[in-house]
Amino acid sequence: MSPLDAIGAAAAPPAGLLYSGSEWNFDILRRSYDAIERIALDELKLDVYPNRIEVITSEQMLDVYTSHGMPLIYKHWSFGKRFVGHENAYRRGLMGLAYEVVINSDPCISYLMEENSATMQALVIAHAAFGHNHFFKNNRLFREWTAPSGILDYLEFARGYIAQCEDRHGVQAVERILDAAHALQNQGVHRHSGARVIDLKAEQQRERDRREHEDSVFNDLWRTVPGTRVEKGPDTAAERRRRLGLPEENVLYFLEKNAPLLAPWEREVIRIVRLIAQYFYPQPQAKMMNEGCATWVHYEIMSRLHARGQIDDAAFLETIHSTTNVITQPGFDSGGGPNFNPYALGYAMMTDIARVCDAPTEEDRAWFPDIAGNGNAIGTLHHAWAEYRDESFIQQFLSPAVMRQFKLFRLRDDTEKPYLLVDAIHDAQGYRDIRRSVARSYDPGNFYVDIEIVDVDLSGDRCLRLQHRTSPGHLLDEKDARASLRHLADLWGYEVRLLEIDRQTDTVLATHLASPPRPAT
Amino acid sequence: MDIIDRRPNPHGKNLENRRRVLVRAREAVQRAARDAVASGKLREVGQERAISIPSDALHEPSLHRVFSSGVRDVVLSGNKVFSPGDRLQRPPSGRGKGGGAGEAGEDGGGEDSFRFVLSRDEFLDAFFDDLALPDLVKRQIASTDTTTINRAGLSSDGSPSQLDLGRTMRHSMARRIGLRRPKPDLVAELELRIAALEQDGGDPDALDALRSELHIALRRMNRVPWIDPVDMRYRRYTVTPKPTTRAVMFCLMDVSGSMTERMKDLAKRFFLLLHVFLERRYKRVDLVFIRHSEVAEEVDEDTFFHDPRTGGTIVSSALVELIRVQSERYAADSWNIYVAQASDGDNSGSDTPKSCALLKEQILPLVQYYAYIEIVGSGAVIRGETDLWRGYRGVAEDNDRLVMRQVGDKRDIFPVFRDLFARKPEAA
Repeated sequence: MSPLDAIGAAAAPPAGLLYSGSEWNFDILRRSYDAIERIALDELKLDVYPNRIEVITSEQMLDVYTSHGMPLIYKHWSFGKRFVGHENAYRRGLMGLAYEVVINSDPCISYLMEENSATMQALVIAHAAFGHNHFFKNNRLFREWTAPSGILDYLEFARGYIAQCEDRHGVQAVERILDAAHALQNQGVHRHSGARVIDLKAEQQRERDRREHEDSVFNDLWRTVPGTRVEKGPDTAAERRRRLGLPEENVLYFLEKNAPLLAPWEREVIRIVRLIAQYFYPQPQAKMMNEGCATWVHYEIMSRLHARGQIDDAAFLETIHSTTNVITQPGFDSGGGPNFNPYALGYAMMTDIARVCDAPTEEDRAWFPDIAGNGNAIGTLHHAWAEYRDESFIQQFLSPAVMRQFKLFRLRDDTEKPYLLVDAIHDAQGYRDIRRSVARSYDPGNFYVDIEIVDVDLSGDRCLRLQHRTSPGHLLDEKDARASLRHLADLWGYEVRLLEIDRQTDTVLATHLASPPRPAT
Repeated sequence: MDIIDRRPNPHGKNLENRRRVLVRAREAVQRAARDAVASGKLREVGQERAISIPSDALHEPSLHRVFSSGVRDVVLSGNKVFSPGDRLQRPPSGRGKGGGAGEAGEDGGGEDSFRFVLSRDEFLDAFFDDLALPDLVKRQIASTDTTTINRAGLSSDGSPSQLDLGRTMRHSMARRIGLRRPKPDLVAELELRIAALEQDGGDPDALDALRSELHIALRRMNRVPWIDPVDMRYRRYTVTPKPTTRAVMFCLMDVSGSMTERMKDLAKRFFLLLHVFLERRYKRVDLVFIRHSEVAEEVDEDTFFHDPRTGGTIVSSALVELIRVQSERYAADSWNIYVAQASDGDNSGSDTPKSCALLKEQILPLVQYYAYIEIVGSGAVIRGETDLWRGYRGVAEDNDRLVMRQVGDKRDIFPVFRDLFARKPEAA
């Protein structure tokens, strides 16, 4: 029976309750949403994009997973691979599906699974439609790096454009570019140049204008005009680097603008991959905070609903049960790896900040003199959510209480030594060391590879020179580097040389070389 | 706030992407499909099944770092007993050294094989990808005598039941307009006016003019009929020959004492491959199992493969049985007939010429394809040609419907099969 059938039949729940039992229908969804919205906006003072809630099936959820949580995306085999992988894991019971997926867009789209119970739907609305939504709208990273109002239209355009390219140039030709661009997409992001939000809506117009311009100025006569050979002076390295804007960390951007052998549509495809990568760039940097924020918000809202008798005890127990599942941090000896469960750490820190604001201990007053006991938990959290990313947030707010709660300890892994050294634990001497190390593990500089294009002699051998600045023992994965560089050489059209350089001593640690594959005739 | 129910949206958004994965990993998929068959799970051939392909084929490279040496700090949770300064034994593998779990895990590069559930058709496509029925057989199929009746335009004669009223009326109207047949309304109007004039005794000249006009109109109306035989259009049907889509496969096997279980198993593999292959081309495939030693009999599949028999060998008995079954149940004009014969090549000396004659004169003209595989004894060095082989080869020389191969080991089966059915170059 579809939940729609139940609309008329559902007896009005006992006085004050939004619903009872586990069945949901659209009426209940709306009632729950309204009650949650009142708490979120009036009491928690959240500031959100307009919401759109979509109910989907498990298969559709798998589709959403496949496309990085986006509702639509262009066609490429790698999405098929991801789909099959998820599907297998799901079918064999290795993986449960998320209760929701939320998209950083304006309006903010939250997907709810149809299998969820009424309580889970309410929880998910609070979590995604208010928690994540608030974070997307207010966090500095998202504000500066993403254009949520244009993303859906842009994806639509991208899908259409790539399908059109496939019609015109063949699936294989498009796949060649996409494969290569995907391999380099982590190098397709502007990281340091500050706010440079691209108006995704204008992108489509741009592409159309460009095509029209090309058509209007095309004149076959130009082909027949004998070229005038401009004699140039020696191309000094500094001058040509300046002209090409080198060094350039955004490899895809450089290719799009400067690769000599690409056709205009190929540049546009690279641009699409690059802009989508740019859109996703902030997500991993604030994942822990984002989840912590959403989990804290949903738990707070559900508690308040329960406190005023709008959900019954059973529903609240279900809330506690599923929240607990989500925020479990297994210890190192029971499967917890070096990466923290972002829900666990995030939620613990949010709760801890609220505690420090409302009921600080002496220790808290010493560690957080500016917020301890200020009595404004919500304001403090709002500030943190808006102005920090994971790394700085931990550096600022990870308190001894949370470190004790997680029983953190630090291992020093020196490959020279036959043992691992425990060099800090959750005690007075260790707090700051541990906090610094945890923060560093969230430092984007640590999980992104620092690769730059440093030089290319366009009038010479056209070999593209790149540098990876790193330290000994932290080199690129050899096999993957070779494959990725082959893709890069394919797009560039000429040889590519990547040096791995020691940050401290400037010595060359490794050299990778790749040539473009011979064009198939 | 909007709530949208997306559940009725079209499903299968990722089918196209999934297909592209298969295309991309085609070689790996084919290899996996063949391995799956080679590993002896023949009964499952032709069912939906999972295969694993090495993830190399679908690897997506990225530039990422791996920790190999030097110093790094790792913060873990769940400390119960450690104090600063404790030294821990390195775990034997994985975390700690060289694993680089932190960095390498990010792109999920750790999977070693990729599981894929192929539908029956996808599996068989991969499996039989470059095989085809020999051209000879295709011609044969095209000229089979079954026919079907198809609409084929219109004709100007036919039986009344096939009259196409719409078209007939269209032609009739065109002709009536072309020949200016007066409309009945016009005639009626003339008659009315004449009657009116007659009544009040009007101008006799006008009356005469009207009368002659009416006369002409009536005459023309009689001359030009409402419907003329030239207007008639009938739906036409033609009889088109239709390729037969049924096939029967005769499995002939020598079960005399000299055939060991292992040899029977080899034969069985070949039969099953052929069966699956035929099933892909024909709607219906019947199987007939004929086993023979000194005498031949038709048996069911189980008996065929598993019931031991001993005795001498007379191959012609099986051929006679084949002809009997064929003439009783499988008329050559409505069935595609395939024969696969497996034997170790032993035959009583006097019987071989008889068998060859039967084969050449009676069987080969009826069948599409006759595959003879001779199973060589275990580990045998290549032995001399057997009696039967020599005899058959004589027949095969001037008849390309008979093909023969030797098989010595399980892994030969598939190559031999492929060899028999490999797609011939177009030029041939």
